[in-house]
Amino acid sequence: MLPAAALLLVFLTYPLGLGVWLGFTDARIGRPGIFIGIENYEYLWSDAVFWLSVFNTLLYTISASILKFALGLWLALILNQNLPFKSFFRAIVLLPWVVPTVLSAIAFWWIYDSQFSILSWALQQMGLIDHRINFLGDPENARASVIAANVWRGIPFVAITLLAGLQTIPQSLYEAATLDGASRWQLFRYVTLPLLTPIIAITMTFSVLFTFTDFQLIYVLTRGGPVNATHLMATLSFQRGISGGQLGEGAAIAVAMIPFLLAAILFSYFGLQRRKWQQGGGD
Amino acid sequence: MASVAIDEVYKSFGAVEILHGVSVNIEDGEFVTLVGPSGCGKSTLLRMIAGLEKISRGQIAIGERVVNNVAPKERDVAMVFQNYALYPHMTVAENMAFSLMLKGVSKPESDAGVRRAAEILGLVPLLARYPRQLSGGQRQRVAMGRAIVRDPAVFLFDEPLSNLDAKLRVQMRAEIKELHQRLKTTTVYVTHDQIEAMTMADKIVVMHDGIVEQIGPPLELYDRPNNLFVASFIGSPAMNLLRGEIATGGSPSFRGAGGISVPLASALSIPNGEPVVLGIRPEHLRLSDDQGIPVIVAVVEPTGSEVQLIGRTAGGEEIVANFRERHSFTPGETIRLTAEPSLIHLFHGETGQRFQTRTDQ
Repeated sequence: MLPAAALLLVFLTYPLGLGVWLGFTDARIGRPGIFIGIENYEYLWSDAVFWLSVFNTLLYTISASILKFALGLWLALILNQNLPFKSFFRAIVLLPWVVPTVLSAIAFWWIYDSQFSILSWALQQMGLIDHRINFLGDPENARASVIAANVWRGIPFVAITLLAGLQTIPQSLYEAATLDGASRWQLFRYVTLPLLTPIIAITMTFSVLFTFTDFQLIYVLTRGGPVNATHLMATLSFQRGISGGQLGEGAAIAVAMIPFLLAAILFSYFGLQRRKWQQGGGD
Repeated sequence: MASVAIDEVYKSFGAVEILHGVSVNIEDGEFVTLVGPSGCGKSTLLRMIAGLEKISRGQIAIGERVVNNVAPKERDVAMVFQNYALYPHMTVAENMAFSLMLKGVSKPESDAGVRRAAEILGLVPLLARYPRQLSGGQRQRVAMGRAIVRDPAVFLFDEPLSNLDAKLRVQMRAEIKELHQRLKTTTVYVTHDQIEAMTMADKIVVMHDGIVEQIGPPLELYDRPNNLFVASFIGSPAMNLLRGEIATGGSPSFRGAGGISVPLASALSIPNGEPVVLGIRPEHLRLSDDQGIPVIVAVVEPTGSEVQLIGRTAGGEEIVANFRERHSFTPGETIRLTAEPSLIHLFHGETGQRFQTRTDQ
């Protein structure tokens, strides 16, 4: 118990506590701050850029999570069928997850480049557009682009975990339902989906937490630009706290993420509770 | 209700053929068991009737309709699975009502149907529970309830009792049989347990390695097995089988290893010296003072109702005998066992086919 407690204390409680404390000081790099109460939070409350980053983070998290769930579930259902080269495809699907985020972000940076974008080039060759798309220079485009990159990176996690969940559903249930007269859609609606909900709850909780705290993709692709249109709370906190040197303010932004994360954890707490049908004896 | 006609059915999985032309006729309202060792193709045949496996060759008809290309849900069959396949996220009532709900039956009508089936099976107090909260026997009953609710033309059972303990199995066996007597729905029941097959069926189909070895009522299979496989498969403890040959000098007899000689019914048309296998059921062996097969007692197992004796002949072959009387044997002693010639079975030494004896006609 003691070593575990010590590890938790040193690596979790202390940094978290320090972060929370810094949020109440005016510390800067090279200067230990003094306690200033909630002055940082008062400042952020009236800071439009901060609220923009909150909006961006929610937009980014919600839209990316919905897309990841829908596409990941679809992919899992496909991979759960008896395809030729099944294990090969399953391995391929994991690739975006395996590649270091910074590397794939740099690849996306090229894909979205205003001059050399392969997407613009391909669309131009096909005659679908007549001038290059300004992926990262236009606020709307930039938001959509970073969300797309995040979805690409996040799908494997969702797909593979849901696939694992699908494989725990006994084949005989599908056979019984088929004999009971269920169509393909009804098999999905009445057998697959309800039996998958416990796994969906876990997977999506993690997916939402990862997405909400995302930093690398944005930092490499846009650094929050253009005009803060893609700044997330994590990137804004880094920019203010480290690049800008305002440790106290940066820490306050980071602390402001906690209520959102707590809400997600609470949601998962209730979502992960054993459902009534899961209770009782074994098989 | 409907008859089921299985006509020259073949099944291959890739290059491996596992059913080699099976034909079985099941009458309307009949209880038929498919029995055989694992891998004999009995479950595959059942799944083909259900429509869960494609028919490679041949045809299956339910009632008047050939169902080779009919979807499972259109076949009007209900199946009870070995692991019950209850929907874990639905209550007992929802499990039973599921097929009715998919059919679009109105709620009051479906409730009434579920209630009726639950009453037949004694499930009424359990309707609100989830499968996980039930015991094995209760789950088994829910699986049957789900089948009954649909009032199908044919019930299919795929080894439904093999997950239950011995006592419950005997109880459920009787329940299923009673249910069939009450509903009179055509039933096909797969099992590897010959006792289950014997006790429940109107007709048994013995399968082995993808072919049908014999079809008939339980006692006919017991009294007149067509071949060595059926002889050794049906009956517990199994029929004693001794290898030897026919001697026709004077009155016909069987000569086995270790100098055994067993007198046979006269009027045998088997040539002298023909290799045969002699079969005697354990309960047909009698103690004798001076004649019969000498047997060295190895193990004595008194069960209360009977005494089972395991011994060895001089040729080293094992013999099992059952006695209703309470004899006291000591391991190592030599006793003599005889049997009525009319109760002796003879099989061809090479093909394993039964020699017709007079009592067969």
